[in-house]
Amino acid sequence: MARDRKEAQGPQPAVLPFEQPIEDVRQRLEELETLAQKTNQDLTEELDFYRARLDRVTRETYASLSAWDRVQVARHPDRPLATDYIALLLEDWVELHGDGCFGDDRAIVTGLGTLGRHRLMLVGHRKGRDTKARMACNFGSAHPEGYRKALRKMKLAERMGLPILSLVNTPGAYPGVGAEERGQARAIAENILEMFGIRVPIVVVVIGEGGSGGALGIAVGDRVGMLENAWYSVISPEGCASILWRSAERKAEAAEALKLTAGDLHRLGIVDEVLPEPVGGAHRHREETVRSVGRRVEAWLDELSELDPGELLRRRQHRFRTISQTASDLEAALAAAEEAARREPGPGGVPEAPEPPAAPEEPPAAGAGGPGGEVREP
Amino acid sequence: MAWGRLRKKKEMPGGLWSKCSACGTMVYNKELEANLLVCPECSFHHTVPARRRIEMTADPGSFVEHFTDLQPRDRLHFVDQEPYSEKLKRAQQKTGNTEACLAGTCTLEGIPLALAVLDFSFMGGSMGEVVGEKVARTVELALEENLPVLLVSASGGARMHEGAISLMQMAKTCATLHAYREAGGFSISLMTNPTTGGVTASFASVCDILVGEPGALIGFAGPRVIQNTIRQDLPEGFQRAEFLLEKGQIDRIVERKALREELARILRYAPMVRALQDA
Ligand SMILES: [Zn+2]
Repeated sequence: MARDRKEAQGPQPAVLPFEQPIEDVRQRLEELETLAQKTNQDLTEELDFYRARLDRVTRETYASLSAWDRVQVARHPDRPLATDYIALLLEDWVELHGDGCFGDDRAIVTGLGTLGRHRLMLVGHRKGRDTKARMACNFGSAHPEGYRKALRKMKLAERMGLPILSLVNTPGAYPGVGAEERGQARAIAENILEMFGIRVPIVVVVIGEGGSGGALGIAVGDRVGMLENAWYSVISPEGCASILWRSAERKAEAAEALKLTAGDLHRLGIVDEVLPEPVGGAHRHREETVRSVGRRVEAWLDELSELDPGELLRRRQHRFRTISQTASDLEAALAAAEEAARREPGPGGVPEAPEPPAAPEEPPAAGAGGPGGEVREP
Repeated sequence: MAWGRLRKKKEMPGGLWSKCSACGTMVYNKELEANLLVCPECSFHHTVPARRRIEMTADPGSFVEHFTDLQPRDRLHFVDQEPYSEKLKRAQQKTGNTEACLAGTCTLEGIPLALAVLDFSFMGGSMGEVVGEKVARTVELALEENLPVLLVSASGGARMHEGAISLMQMAKTCATLHAYREAGGFSISLMTNPTTGGVTASFASVCDILVGEPGALIGFAGPRVIQNTIRQDLPEGFQRAEFLLEKGQIDRIVERKALREELARILRYAPMVRALQDA
C-alpha cells in the first residue's frame, strides 16, 4: 500500500526522459527566436518550420505513452494540484482546517467554494510545487487525522446540503509510526464506509496519483472521473515491483502489469470517464486542464442535483457493489435473481442480486453497456 | 501490502515437529494441534488455515459452505516472474481451496451466524475479486436471513495481481457492511496474525466489535515498509494486538482457547440473537 518514499520525494526532472525529443526541438526553436531578435534577420520560415515540428513531435510523443510514462506525467511538478483547482475554479473560497480531535493534516485540504452555479465542499489531497511546499504537506501522504478531517467536512457538507468535490492526488497514505498508532487503516476504512451514507452528491476526480487505500479514502463517489495521464491502483509501480519482482527498478514493467492508466480503468468499469488533457499533458497546459475539468464537474453536479438523496445513495451503493463486474457477471446475477424470484416469491434468497435498477439511467441489462461504470455516462 | 513470510512454521523432516517462529522451540505437532496452534512454550498464536479455523469456531458439523462456485480470474493477464494464473493454480493445489476465503453459515454455541474466514495459506490471504465478493455476499446473506456476521482475517492485504480491481474490493465490502449496519445488523471482526493493508483498511476495521488475537500483527503498512520510510527502529511490540488495544484501536484481545465462549457471550447481545432467545 505504501510506496518507496525516495521515489516520491526525489526531485522530478522538469523534462521527463521520454520528453527529450520534444525538448530538443523546443530548444532549437528558442535559439532561433533569440537569434532572430538579436540579428534582426527574417527567420519566419525557419521559425514556422520548427513550430510545426514542435507541434508534431509533441503530438507523436504523447500519442504513444507507456503506462510508466504516464505515471511520470502524473507526478510532474508543474502538473495542476488541488491548490490550482481551488485558485482557478472556485469563487468565495473558505478553507476549513482540522479534524476537531487531533490536528490539522496539511496533506488534505478542505473548504467551501463556489464552482459556477454550485456552492460545494471541496476535499482533496494537497501536494506542493516546490520542495518546501512539498515537505509542508508531506508530499500528499495523509495521516489518519487527514482522513478524519475529510470525513468531518463531508458530514458538515451533508448537513448543509452542499455537494462534495473530491480531488485525488496522493502517492499513498503515510506509512509511519504515528499513523499506525492513530489508526491509519481504521481511518481509511471508516471513510470508505461512511461515504456510502453521505446524502449529498459526491464527485471524484483523480487529478494525479491515485495511490491505493490512501486515494480510496476520499474516492467513493457518484461520479469518478480521471485525467488522461493520472494513475490509480492498489499499489505504486515501485512498491509492486519491489515485492513481485524483488526490485523497484522494474517499476515500468509493474506499471504496465497493474493496468493503472485512465483508459484501462475505464475499460474495467472502475472510472466513469477519462478526462482528456491537452496535447503535451496537463503540466504544459495547467489552466486549460483545470477549466475543462471544472466544466465536466459542473455538468455532473447538474445531473446529480436532480436525484433525491435516497436514490443517490442507492445508486452509489450499486455502483461499488457491482464495480468492475463484467457483462456476463451481471447477466448471471440477474438470471439468478429471476430464478430465485420464481422459486420463492418476495425479496430475498439470492444474495448476489444487485439492487434492482430503479431509474431509466440504469437499464435492467446494465451489463449490456459493458462494465458497471460505463452505464452511468450521460 | 502483501508481505507474509512472517512467523511461518518450518516443517521438520517427517513432519512430526515444528519450530515455533516466535520462540524457536521445537514443538511436537500433535501437541501444537491439540493446543489450537498456540505454542505451548511461548503462547504465540500461530496463523490458522481457514478450514481449521472454522472447525475451531463453529459447532461441530454446523458449517454450511456457500459461494463455492466463485472462481478467481486473471482479468489483467498479470505476469511478474510467472503468470498470475499459474500462481492461482498452485495455491489451489496447495490448499485444496479455490480462493483465500471460505464463507458460509454455522452455529456457535447454538447461535446461528454467517461467517467468512480468510486463508493466509492461499497467496497470503490476499483480497482479490473473489475474496471481496465472498465477504460481500456473506454480509448480504446475513442481512437477508437476519444473522450476525463474523469476519475472520489473516491477510497481507489487497492482491496486487488484480490491480485496481482488488482495490475496489475495499469499497465493495464496506458498501455491503454499510447497508447491513443501516438495516440493524451486527458484525464482529476477528483479526489474527497477520492482518494488514487493504483488509485492515476496509471490512476488518468497520465491524461493530473489533477483536484481536494475542500477539497478532495488525496494521495498515507492513513493518518493513515503515522501517524503509522512517529509517529508524520500530518501537517494541509495534503493531501487535496489545499495542493496538493500548492505542484504542481495537475493543478486545481474546485468547484462542477462550474464543468460542467469548464470541458466544458477545453474540448473545446482538439484537437478532436476543430476538431469537426471547421468542
Ligand atoms: Zn513459541
